[in-house]
Amino acid sequence: MLQVGNLSFNYGKTCVLKDINLNVKKGEIISVLGPNGVGKTTLLKCLLGMIKPCSGFIEMDEMDILKMSSTHRARLIGYVPQAFPSKFPMTVFDAVLMGRKPYVRFVPSENDLEVVSQVLMSMNLNHLGLKDFDRISGGQKQKVLIARAIAQEPNYLVLDEPSSNLDVRHQLEVMDMLRKLAQKENIGIIMAMHSLNLASRFSDRIAMLKSGCMVCNGTPLEVMTPKIIETVYKIEANIHRINGYPYTIPLNPMPENRTNKELLN
Amino acid sequence: MNTDCLTIKNQDMKNQYKALKYRSLVLLAAFFLIASVIAVIALCVGASSISVTDSILALIEDNGMARSIVWNLRLPRVIMALLIGIGLGTSGAVFQAVLRNPLASPFTLGIGSSAGFGAVIAIVFFNGLVNEYAVVIWAFIFTLLSSFLILGVSRYKGATAETMILTGIALMFLFSSLSSFLQYLGTKEEVHGIVFWFFGSLSKAGYREIVMSGIMILAPMPFVFRFAFDFNLMTAGDESAGALGVNVSGVRMLSIALASLMTSGAICFTGVIGFIGLVAPHIARMIFGSDNLFLIPASALIGGVLVLSADTLGRTVWLPHVIPIGIVTSFIGVPFFLYLLIKKTKEYW
Repeated sequence: MLQVGNLSFNYGKTCVLKDINLNVKKGEIISVLGPNGVGKTTLLKCLLGMIKPCSGFIEMDEMDILKMSSTHRARLIGYVPQAFPSKFPMTVFDAVLMGRKPYVRFVPSENDLEVVSQVLMSMNLNHLGLKDFDRISGGQKQKVLIARAIAQEPNYLVLDEPSSNLDVRHQLEVMDMLRKLAQKENIGIIMAMHSLNLASRFSDRIAMLKSGCMVCNGTPLEVMTPKIIETVYKIEANIHRINGYPYTIPLNPMPENRTNKELLN
Repeated sequence: MNTDCLTIKNQDMKNQYKALKYRSLVLLAAFFLIASVIAVIALCVGASSISVTDSILALIEDNGMARSIVWNLRLPRVIMALLIGIGLGTSGAVFQAVLRNPLASPFTLGIGSSAGFGAVIAIVFFNGLVNEYAVVIWAFIFTLLSSFLILGVSRYKGATAETMILTGIALMFLFSSLSSFLQYLGTKEEVHGIVFWFFGSLSKAGYREIVMSGIMILAPMPFVFRFAFDFNLMTAGDESAGALGVNVSGVRMLSIALASLMTSGAICFTGVIGFIGLVAPHIARMIFGSDNLFLIPASALIGGVLVLSADTLGRTVWLPHVIPIGIVTSFIGVPFFLYLLIKKTKEYW
């Protein structure tokens, strides 16, 4: 289990995250929702050990991640970034092979190549193997980045808005892929999301952040209520239940001047 | 049945990838062969009319005059040309990878112009026209100074590619204008010497210089190669490389230091031979792709081939004159590079 306890983080004097508590079990998908600038990315960076929290703890399978070597951490937790800013051409196979870094001493071994080709195979990406990463579609890129993280053979996966640059079909495909990966490989997935409906449809639990604080954390049906949406996003919204999933229909932005207290009461 | 089929396909993917890398290995061997052939040709041609057979014989037995010319004039020059090409090609590949920028080269980081400023100081103030070691030492001091400045700013501001490139470009302008200022103060002879140094020349290459620049260029090589896989990860962004366990700023600072040392080994003894550091990695990338495990040795070999061919042409096409190597590399290199850039439409670049 990935456990986050009383986590706080400040940039200078600005408080970005305050008293965050979160558990992610293996095989489970958790979405972190909230408006822009609410601290979602900061939370993910803390989980990946890229930045050190000011207080609180993060434990992965009962080990403190701050005390791990970066290689050890990379074997436990994979990261799927939003973009891949390479200016140099690179084959898809080479891109996925990067995920073997925590296991490579000097140069990738036969086993590393084997793992990469198996990952490509299992994600139906092997026809892309020797293509240039820059010349495949946005949806394919996202899948390749996920494949790279899977090649790390991690227990947990952190994704930064995996659906943000994709068309509707690819959004569903990528989410479906993550869902299957979580179950099949028994990986705990935590992802920052913008789309409320994709999060509701594909997550086991949703954590809502608002100005650095956790507003609520529960199943999509528990969390997706007009009141919570109103509190967090300052919008008026209807929730409809289709096939057992809550779907949010945003209606109007709320006037800015109402205080949080009024909203919560 | 179904799983059998999957395994076969799976093997296929891995084997295709391995075939691609095997092809790269064969090409590396081919370039090594090309370099050797050009080296032999370079030993056989020159201002004095010794026959090709005499030149080759001179390598293995004492045949008087020919032996002296080949061993004392041509061989050190050939070795030095190869070394310089290897140094500039490798350091260029390293700079481009760790700075994640296809425009990066030893010269965009101001290392070329700081070495130049060192040489100018030596010529104007320390009698560098007579005492050539003064030029080498001062050029070396200033290459170290500029790389320490870049590393210092990076330590303070964070070792991002942008910080380093901007610092390097600022230093380049600073040292160029300082050089111009000293040239303005210098005598006619001094200015002539400075201009000559900036052209680059291999005519003073001797065995002592070879040993010194050989150490500076070849000693960092294993360390640079050790980081090749990390370079691959760093070209895909600092954050994700960090998340995969690469100590990004550490690798970047150390690599810049090592590549700067290689660059100064290449230019301190011979003057600023521009362009190779930029172009050799690009030619290598067009042929080998961006995998640094192959790109680095390929850039080294291609750099060596380019400098050696340029020098050999420079000292043979316009006898009895010797065209400075810096000029020849640009004359041949630029059109060749543009040709490749336009012609190449396939996967890589």
